[in-house]
Amino acid sequence: MRSEPKVTPELVAEHGLKPDEHQRILKLIGREPTFTELGIFSAMWNEHCSYKSSRLHLRKLPTKAPWVIQGPGENAGVIDIGDGDACVFKMESHNHPSFIEPYQGAATGVGGILRDVFTMGARPIACLNLLRFGSPDHPKTRHLVSGVVAGIGGYGNSFGVPTVGGSVNFHTRYDGNILVNAMAVGIAKADEIFYAKATGIGRPIVYLGSKTGRDGIHGATMASAAFEADAEEKRPTVQVGDPFSEKLLLEACLEIMAKGCVIAIQDMGAAGLTSSAVEMGAKGDLGIELDLDKVPCRETGMTAYEMMLSESQERMLMVLRPEKEAEAEAVFQKWGLDFAIIGRTTDTLRFVVKHQGEVKVDLPIKELGDEAPIYVRPHVPTAPKPVVTAQDVAPPCSVADALLQLIGSPDLCSKRWVWEQYDHLILGNTVQRPGGDAAVVRVGDGPKGLALTTDVTQRYCEADPVQGGRQAVAEAWRNITATGATPLALTDNLNFGNPERPEIMGQFVGCLQGIGEAASALDFPIVSGNVSLYNETQGRGILPTPSIGGVGLIDDVGKSVGVAFAAAGEAIVLVGESRGWLGQSVYLAQTCGREDGAPPPVDLACERRNGDAVRAAILKGAVTACHDLSDGGLAVALAEMAMAAGVGAQIADGPADMPAHGWWFGEDQARYILTCRKADAPSILSAFAAAGVPAAAIGETGGDALRLGAERPISLLDLSKAHENWLPDYMRGKSSAT
Amino acid sequence: MRAAVLLFPGLNRESDVMRALEMASGVKPTLVWHAETDLPAGTDLVVVPGGFSYGDYLRCGAIAGRANIMDSVRRHAERGGLVLGICNGFQILCESGLLPGVLMRNKDLKFVCRMQHLRVERNDTAFANQYAKGQVIKVCVAHGEGNYVVDAETLDRLEGEGRVAFRYCDSQGVVGGEANCNGSVNDIAGVYSSRFNVLGMMPHPENLIERIMGGVDGRGLFDSLVKAPARAA
Repeated sequence: MRSEPKVTPELVAEHGLKPDEHQRILKLIGREPTFTELGIFSAMWNEHCSYKSSRLHLRKLPTKAPWVIQGPGENAGVIDIGDGDACVFKMESHNHPSFIEPYQGAATGVGGILRDVFTMGARPIACLNLLRFGSPDHPKTRHLVSGVVAGIGGYGNSFGVPTVGGSVNFHTRYDGNILVNAMAVGIAKADEIFYAKATGIGRPIVYLGSKTGRDGIHGATMASAAFEADAEEKRPTVQVGDPFSEKLLLEACLEIMAKGCVIAIQDMGAAGLTSSAVEMGAKGDLGIELDLDKVPCRETGMTAYEMMLSESQERMLMVLRPEKEAEAEAVFQKWGLDFAIIGRTTDTLRFVVKHQGEVKVDLPIKELGDEAPIYVRPHVPTAPKPVVTAQDVAPPCSVADALLQLIGSPDLCSKRWVWEQYDHLILGNTVQRPGGDAAVVRVGDGPKGLALTTDVTQRYCEADPVQGGRQAVAEAWRNITATGATPLALTDNLNFGNPERPEIMGQFVGCLQGIGEAASALDFPIVSGNVSLYNETQGRGILPTPSIGGVGLIDDVGKSVGVAFAAAGEAIVLVGESRGWLGQSVYLAQTCGREDGAPPPVDLACERRNGDAVRAAILKGAVTACHDLSDGGLAVALAEMAMAAGVGAQIADGPADMPAHGWWFGEDQARYILTCRKADAPSILSAFAAAGVPAAAIGETGGDALRLGAERPISLLDLSKAHENWLPDYMRGKSSAT
Repeated sequence: MRAAVLLFPGLNRESDVMRALEMASGVKPTLVWHAETDLPAGTDLVVVPGGFSYGDYLRCGAIAGRANIMDSVRRHAERGGLVLGICNGFQILCESGLLPGVLMRNKDLKFVCRMQHLRVERNDTAFANQYAKGQVIKVCVAHGEGNYVVDAETLDRLEGEGRVAFRYCDSQGVVGGEANCNGSVNDIAGVYSSRFNVLGMMPHPENLIERIMGGVDGRGLFDSLVKAPARAA
């Protein structure tokens, strides 16, 4: 057997541990850690697992509501959706792996988040994602888009969960650092949620699923190169996904859970066996002893270090009820899954790992997590940007030309090329499909359903983190509201640059403040989340991107509405106040080439009032279509509604004192477009008036063109061509720039 | 109508098709695990649903097509019993020899999930008697390997014997061009066996059975099966 390398300050540094963190370890265990122990500390105390830069700030977020069953801190958040049902959901990033190997990076991102959800006893019913790519001109972008989309589809389609929604944007600040955030949503019985917390002393710890290989060993690559003679043993740090194994794992886990076999269960995600075993013990106030000779391995000669740090996918760790072991075994065999008893719970509160007769690890189990460093990183707030008024912006072209350009631009074009590669119809419950505001997915045979969305406007966050954080939450809330559903809770995926830079930490703190304010004001608590820091390449950080994944509930999916105009001859109502805000708008960036100004302010009381009134109108049954206003403002929203239906519209010009481009493209918040039969318009408008919500009939559906005031009419054919063609053309290599 | 739905590891649309069968017949189908060797007594219809049997890491359907339970399915078909394979089920039926041809990668090499119109080529079968001949129906597709390929001789025979069940078409019933989502020869979306008691098809009628989910055109196929005379031997 090879002896382990000696732990030196250089080796400690290569594991990403700072000298003071090394001192902390020495103080904690009273000796130099072994090589395997060093690997374990590095895995447990890295940013990803320990949240050492973010924990202080995350604590301030609102996480409670009467319907929250489980907030942050478990595999996923859990909310009560009535009738004894619970919704289990979370979003997580797989940014770095997806940049290195887009197909497998994205695929295993989906696999990981699905495992988080079914580990808690929930059957996944939907996936969503939020993707951010570099500039279309960047030589890697096309390859990354192609690989990431295929990877997300490849995993989710095979696993058998519909991918119902998402968001795809492009910006040069993601050139060297794309974002792949995946969200999974599942349904469980509210009183049958499973947790990681182990109970009982001397209970066997069961390993289930794929064999352990050398894939995904973080930080170990460099360290092992120093002592491994044969370089061929090195493996890429990106894991390889196997959705078939995951599907078997899902069915087997749900089956043994239903049979009452499971006491505790934890999937092996980041830091694999290490973090899952430590989590089980620490949460249950128990020690854990593992015998690595029993771990099913994919290859021979794996060291303790490698086994403890492997991130091989599709693996579970669990504690079973002793009297139900045989029953569970029969289920594992039926599904053809590898399993082994690899250890037991103890009363020592120690984490002990043995391999080939030697004790490789003997650490205090609770301190591994609890004593992780926590940093108060210095942060400076982002300087406020000057307000850009519509009068300050000279329109470079007509409104019609600008609209055609915008809806055919990388960020606002149709993402059909993407979502047609995702099976969004499997399970037969997708009521509102991709391409609208939020997806609506029926729960089982209904009638209730969930409205699901992912959103963030990163250019707002960059310009003003507090307003940007508010806006991300408010837009997710609006997306759900626009279907008629009531927003219940959210999951966040906080993607930022290097937290050791005070200005980046300032973005993080600012966005979190905004998210917290909006979540409180809108009764939209955060129940799960993930932090991804150090998203920077060559000293340049990404745009601050706190992705929000929102979940809402509608008691009857038959009452939900989509964005497509329902018929010709209907009234079009604009809800909310329009001031022609062009600062940080898509119009300013795309049409005028100016990414500047302050973003639109978010008045949370107004969001709430307007949204509640819109939802009430939808649930009364008189609203035939609804769309929230966001990127590209009124004109883009109208174009999307028209194209989705193949029905045109005639809209009145804006107020005389507002420049036309402000009226059509302003991104003022808290606004919606809805349609209704003309006969219903007066009662709908008076209900809005009674609620103190500005609303006005601004036009009528019909015809085969979009007629924006006195502007040149644009045929739906031309609109759709511009909207649908950009992405397929780009992916075929026909065009590159906008 | 007593239906048996086969379950191979990795299939994932079994609940969708069971919902459609139950909605049409009022009877819950029996789920049959792949390791069984016999079909339940009195089975009228065997359904092989969609998904990714054994991960489809080999040629799609190749492993499932050779499972023991498929011997029983072949015997059932020889007796004149009805067999329906959808998507991966179609691939499995081709691999098992119950239907001719093979499903290759889609022409543009991408998975495709979208609404899809089909033209019903004949309505005198157990699977299509509730449709009109030439009727255009809207269902959906969701597959990466649905590009139907057969040799020229077999294709002539299929066409000559009228064994094409459905063809990909546009909303007006015009076949070919963009309407063919995967490059299948002669726009073939589904084929019958020589005795018309086995149907394999790539599209998913089971996902278009409720108005709120986008349409009910898929129901006709399941209603047809309920109306078809029982053929169990």
